[in-house]
Amino acid sequence: MLKFKSLKKTTRTAVTSYGIILVAFAIMFPLQQFGLLSNAMAGQLVPICTYIVMAISLNLTVGVLGELSLGHAGFMSVGAFCGAITSSALQEVIPAAPLRLLVAIIIGGIFAGIAGLLVGIPVLRLRGDYLAIVTLAFGEIIRNIINCLYVGVDKRGLHISMKDIASLGMENGRVIINGPQGAVGITRISTFASGIVLILFTLFIVLNLMNSRTGRAITAIRDNRIAAESVGISITKYKLTAFITSSVLAGMAGALYAMNFSTVAAKKFDFNTSILILVFVVLGGMGNITGSIIATTILYMVPEILREFSDYRMLIYAIVLILVMLFTNSAKAKLFRERVFDFVLRRKKNEEEEGVKND
Amino acid sequence: MAFLTNLINGLSLGSVYAIIALGYTMVYGIAKMLNFAHGDVIMVGAYIAYITMSSLGLPSFVAIIFAMIVCTVLGIVIERLAYKPLRQATSLAVLITAIGVSYFLQNAALLIFGSAPVSFRSVVKIPALKLFGGELIVTGESMVTVIACIIIMIALTIFTKKSKMGKAMRAVSEDKGAAELMGINVNVTISATFAIGSALAAIAGVLLCSAYPVLMPTTGSMPGIKAFTAAVFGGIGSIPGAMVGGLLLGVIETFSKFYISTELSDAIVFAVLIIVLLVKPTGILGKKISEKV
Amino acid sequence: MKKLLAILLAACLVFAFAGCGEKTSGDAIKLGGIGPISGAAAVYGQAVQRGAEIAVEEINALDGLKFEFKMQDDEHDAEKSVNAYNSLKDWGMQILVGSVTTQPCIAVSTESNADNIFELTPSASSTDVLGGQPDADGNVTIQRKNNVFQMCFTDPNQGIASAQYIFDQKLGEKIGVIYNSADAYSKGIYQKFMSKAKELGLNVVAEEAFASDDNADFNAQLTAIKAKGADLIFMPIYYTPASLILAQAAQMQYDVDFFGVDGLDGLLGVEGFDTKLAEGVMLLTPFTADAEDEKTQNFVKKYKEKYGEVPNQFAADAYDCVYAIYEACKAQNVTADMSASDICDKLVEQFTKADFKVDGLTGNGMTWSNTGEVSKSPKGMKIENGVYVGL
Repeated sequence: MLKFKSLKKTTRTAVTSYGIILVAFAIMFPLQQFGLLSNAMAGQLVPICTYIVMAISLNLTVGVLGELSLGHAGFMSVGAFCGAITSSALQEVIPAAPLRLLVAIIIGGIFAGIAGLLVGIPVLRLRGDYLAIVTLAFGEIIRNIINCLYVGVDKRGLHISMKDIASLGMENGRVIINGPQGAVGITRISTFASGIVLILFTLFIVLNLMNSRTGRAITAIRDNRIAAESVGISITKYKLTAFITSSVLAGMAGALYAMNFSTVAAKKFDFNTSILILVFVVLGGMGNITGSIIATTILYMVPEILREFSDYRMLIYAIVLILVMLFTNSAKAKLFRERVFDFVLRRKKNEEEEGVKND
Repeated sequence: MAFLTNLINGLSLGSVYAIIALGYTMVYGIAKMLNFAHGDVIMVGAYIAYITMSSLGLPSFVAIIFAMIVCTVLGIVIERLAYKPLRQATSLAVLITAIGVSYFLQNAALLIFGSAPVSFRSVVKIPALKLFGGELIVTGESMVTVIACIIIMIALTIFTKKSKMGKAMRAVSEDKGAAELMGINVNVTISATFAIGSALAAIAGVLLCSAYPVLMPTTGSMPGIKAFTAAVFGGIGSIPGAMVGGLLLGVIETFSKFYISTELSDAIVFAVLIIVLLVKPTGILGKKISEKV
Repeated sequence: MKKLLAILLAACLVFAFAGCGEKTSGDAIKLGGIGPISGAAAVYGQAVQRGAEIAVEEINALDGLKFEFKMQDDEHDAEKSVNAYNSLKDWGMQILVGSVTTQPCIAVSTESNADNIFELTPSASSTDVLGGQPDADGNVTIQRKNNVFQMCFTDPNQGIASAQYIFDQKLGEKIGVIYNSADAYSKGIYQKFMSKAKELGLNVVAEEAFASDDNADFNAQLTAIKAKGADLIFMPIYYTPASLILAQAAQMQYDVDFFGVDGLDGLLGVEGFDTKLAEGVMLLTPFTADAEDEKTQNFVKKYKEKYGEVPNQFAADAYDCVYAIYEACKAQNVTADMSASDICDKLVEQFTKADFKVDGLTGNGMTWSNTGEVSKSPKGMKIENGVYVGL
């Protein structure tokens, strides 16, 4: 324990976050393989992985870059639908599910990254709540457009229309995206293992970015933009780097998410989902990657555990959310916590001292 | 003629947004927080008015006043219990708490009032105005909403400019610490702001449900988000800005529905918002932020 | 702080594992239900829950088969619906009544198909729920899920029936349509209606959409339809937006006839609704709460006593679902100790039998085909003096 504490802070964060994921995998994977998990738990594994990736990537924008984004689900949406199209279109070309999933996730990430670039260039000129509202607006625009999107595939290739299925003009094809009904008939290829791999990849990217020169520049911009600018850091370049990285990862998470359900609709990725992910990030702590992982896991499971309370479920969830926020952030609660810690520490110290005496 | 009809519909819709946006803007100006529970206070106000009118059989003006009282109390209670302990915390922490409060209000309403939508009887008894030989019809609801919106905006402007409390509000919004040193009770001022914002939410709820007469526990959330957009549009923190933003948003929404596409109208509204913010980064009537090094 | 979170995590895990221990036991067949109990669509899920509960109570009062019913919330979301399904499986569900809404049901029916659990949905009306149905161009997107059946009409059915009805009865010269493009149900009916209308030569002058479930402002759509001079508006939508359209049409003094589908049922039951607004509205629906027959009256009475409101079509469909399952279980001698998969095979066999007929609230002599669709006939209704009158 002492050795662990003497490590550098960055190394410590890396060890804990990779550690948590690997330990979770080492415990859950065999249980899942041997069917020892409850169905409810097994069903939540992939969504939890997705939301962890979402939370880590949003933490990059909100915690590390310090810009509030209310439209993160929009990037997830782009990734989800691009991934769904890729996977459906390549069903015959790449029969191996893991490889197809990988291709779908990469394509989803690329398109979400392009969306991130398009949004980022104009948006990052703005600051604070104005930036927040523009990201919110972007998320709603994406949702609205995908609601009117029709995509199908037949032997001649992809068909895209903004009107209806009939105008796709397909011959014996399959509809991939059916307007407001979203993508239907997805083959489920996401697995828990692939989710874990994606989390590890995300951790690798984000932690390395944070500890690199670029990362330090980004944190400098967050802490004092003007000072950062005056020492020659290009604000736009670094902001954009963080923003695009974040959206690429969100897109990948989206693709993973879409491949886990037989259907996915644009409505899922609305303002409420963006907010949900933001809640994970804030509760886990700004810029705290390990915190994001833990908070996501717990908060995702709370409503499922509360199923016993039936009608009162969401009400209790709301109360839990408010209380947790008050407990972790209010001045009085902080004072109370400090006192408790002080007390515990003092006792420990006393014990140690006594132990020394006894020797 | 369709143009005029749409313009009037847009103004009427925009006025509702404007009244809700006033509540957002006032709270933001003083507490520097996005009160996402504001939309749900509207829903509570509408339910209170509905119950007063249909179950207790009281006249509509009593219902409005009663709704205002309940919402004012609710606003103050929410502020005291959920927001005040977080005065020193980051604005994001308060934002998440506000979202928690929003979930709470919606789900509590679901348990108390039930999930079935109720049909709200309009409180406006003025008959519709027929112009150009019946070609153009202005409904009583539209007239009342627009007029109410203008009166509220003027009253609020005078209140913040002239009254002692209004001046205190402006002082707190400018610099909380300095205001406190000048002997202004910051806690009371913030509570008062929430009280006024929530009372406005009650009026907005009644007017919203008079014009679009369906009421259910989620009624407030979409107008809430739209009004928030309107407040930013006009420059958040600015009272005339909220009014301008609300009206513009309503008109753009109605026109894009009629002339371009009903399905993409939301996308168009938000796209216009983005363009406006790129040209004027702090909204139409927002203050320029000058940065100090 | 971190320690606290870690402890919480541990507690959560313990909770999750605690669920494992439950196994199928007892002498009641476990019926699971999934639908939105909270959120914007809560009214539909709650109606299904209540309708099913009444049916289960009635059946349990009889001798013979016993049911145990448990409803889980999905917030009208596919992801949550799958979670709800999994948690019902942990509970030991043997037969599924659900999901209530279309998109979640598509996701859940894929799961239940893989697990071979019998699924009868009261109200998810898209053909994608069943699978195996070609669209207009002969494209099959989803393979048929053999374990899934519907209690409600499929969307195409309703669209075709409505166009035919309007044509046969010569209800309108110029027809306007308002539909919810963000809703699979509404859009499905709309598309079939349009193709049938074209075939019959109906004059559709305006097609207006709205794109969100919580849209409240229909002035723009109504102004556009009015400008085209439509004398009949076809509304393939649910009653909540319909009540708004009726009120706004009245506000702008637009005198026009309205024609709706089964989603419109429930309109008169809206608390505080001015039934004068609905005067003359026509709809095709399999169920009306003021039907004269004893079965319906009995059901409506019980529902009102228990929940203080008038049941809508969703509640009636759910009630019929439970009875259909009951009849099928009786015919196949299904008992509570059978596995879900065995029950599924028996029920599928029974449901697809030509002589398996169920009399319910939403129709007499209902039968099912291999495609999973129900066959029953909608009744044309007109609202006169605040009550439904058969057309």
